[in-house]
Amino acid sequence: MKNRFLSIAGAVALGLILLLSLFTVRQTEQVIITQFGRPIGDPITEPGLHFKLPFVQQVNLIDKRYLAWDGPMVEMSTKDKTYIQVDTFARWRITDPMQYFLRLRDERSAQSRLEDILGSETRTAVARHELIEVVRTDKLRKPLQDESTALLAGVGALGVLRPIQHGRTEIEKNIFEAAAPKLAEFGIELLDIRIKRLNYNPEVLERIYQRMISERLQIAQRFRSEGEGEAARIHGNKDRDINEIESTAYKRVQEIRGEADAKATEIYAGAYNQNSQSADFYRFTKSMDTYRKIIGGEATVVLSTNSDLFSLLKRIEPKGR
Amino acid sequence: MSSPNPWSQHMPSAKPWPIGSILLVLFALSGLFTAYYTIPAESTGVLLRFGRHLHNVPAGLHFKLPFGIDEVIKVPTERQLKLEFGIKRTAESITNPDQLGADPLKERSMVTGDLNAALVEWVVQYRITEPEIYLFEVRDPGLTLRDLSESVMREIIGDRTVDEIITIGRQEIEDTNLTRLRELANRYHLGVMVNQVQLKNVDPPVPVQPSFNEVNRAQQDRENAINLANGEYNKAVPRARGEADQAIRGAEGYRFKRINEASGDVAAFNAVLTEYLKAPEVTRTRIYLETLGEVLPGAKQSIVVDESVQQILPMLPLPSSLTGAAK
Repeated sequence: MKNRFLSIAGAVALGLILLLSLFTVRQTEQVIITQFGRPIGDPITEPGLHFKLPFVQQVNLIDKRYLAWDGPMVEMSTKDKTYIQVDTFARWRITDPMQYFLRLRDERSAQSRLEDILGSETRTAVARHELIEVVRTDKLRKPLQDESTALLAGVGALGVLRPIQHGRTEIEKNIFEAAAPKLAEFGIELLDIRIKRLNYNPEVLERIYQRMISERLQIAQRFRSEGEGEAARIHGNKDRDINEIESTAYKRVQEIRGEADAKATEIYAGAYNQNSQSADFYRFTKSMDTYRKIIGGEATVVLSTNSDLFSLLKRIEPKGR
Repeated sequence: MSSPNPWSQHMPSAKPWPIGSILLVLFALSGLFTAYYTIPAESTGVLLRFGRHLHNVPAGLHFKLPFGIDEVIKVPTERQLKLEFGIKRTAESITNPDQLGADPLKERSMVTGDLNAALVEWVVQYRITEPEIYLFEVRDPGLTLRDLSESVMREIIGDRTVDEIITIGRQEIEDTNLTRLRELANRYHLGVMVNQVQLKNVDPPVPVQPSFNEVNRAQQDRENAINLANGEYNKAVPRARGEADQAIRGAEGYRFKRINEASGDVAAFNAVLTEYLKAPEVTRTRIYLETLGEVLPGAKQSIVVDESVQQILPMLPLPSSLTGAAK
């Protein structure tokens, strides 16, 4: 009975010791074993089941993944003395866990070191450049234009991208190149640092709004004035076209009528002027026609007995025949 | 000392159940319960043994080693996941973690390449394509994608004018953003595929919006003024053209009339002339007399005066005294 109890107790104790000396390293972790606070052996980077001495050795978990550093929104000045708020972020990784463990021990102190180094490098880089260099990236880019934005191009600096020498990517690269070696001393590899947000200081923003409003009102006035100008031009066109049309028509009408009269005159003259007899006959018949037209109504006709019609009133023989 | 535990009451009566066997059965049962798992259709399982990644398992019922030796993480690989930026939303409409940012107002406020300000709202759609990379390479991959998307969007907006972003540049911004974000997601080992970047509301800052509307109104006013002027032009000019044509047609009619009449007159004259030439004296006399015969009765008065009378005019104002001489 006592034997059995002992064997059970022995088995339990053995199991316990086994459990305490076994530990798992997860896929995302690496481990440094310390003995009374002193690191023992190489860091364990292989995930899986591992052994240690129970009680005396301790497992220190260190993350293997890319970790975040999210910088606070910091107000800083650019080279052209504009105050802007800059929010940066970085991704980093512990590539030398031993170095990291010795110098920083945990992630909290790592974050504060990152804050020191990245924050100050960002400030330095931003202060060395003008605002537009931080805002823009691609120095070759030309803005797209359509009819409506092309109209803006004439108004102040609207529709125009301010020129740059370096651009944001280059500034980010400067920060990266300055910070990476400093972080390497802590066993940290910097993957990337980027500007997440960038905003005007609220006081500057007010002025920016004022400028935007005045620019827009300028455009509005320009549109209205263009409209009125174009309308006036169309009115002018209307007057010109109408005058042109009417006078051209008048000219044509006069030409046609003149031509018609000339032609008629020519026809008449041609017929009446064939010879002296025809001219004579024409004068005679036309006189007769004319009498028909003018005598009548209120007219009083005084005829002499000397006329051909009444000559017979005085003598039988026609006079002078 | 009655314990509420039914096992302690059972044990004394059930002698053939020694403590060892009961523990064994419990052990076996708990092993059985932790030895199977199901992966839902929209997910992929990532199997870990002692924390080490073994392989991925597709959807369905599967078995594993019990007692926490094997661990399975389910990753929704078929689900379309969404990140929203600058959009205010209530908690109910959230479909996946990381969908909303901490401060939408700050997310949407941006500086443009002509140093103006703009408010940009957008949505990123993505899917987890490599679950083991998604799980093991980066801590908080969703947040990392958020940071990247914000950074890329500002980079792009920073290279464009405010008018470009608000009007014509939208499609181009979405395309550029998608390309760059895909590139970065790869470089950052996120294990995700970005499917879409969609711009939502893109506006000028609130205090500036009325002046942008004013520009639109002015543009409409301009079109309106031009349209009205064109209307007046179109009302007057075609009509003037028609009237001009009318006048010309009238003149052409006059020409026909004049020429035809002349030709007719001439034809008549020539016909009569031919006959006249055969007997001029008689014809002449006949026409003369006929004409006077027609004409004189139409006159109010006809006075025949002897050829020796020289002064007839003084008598004319007294027609009543001359009635005897009237015809």
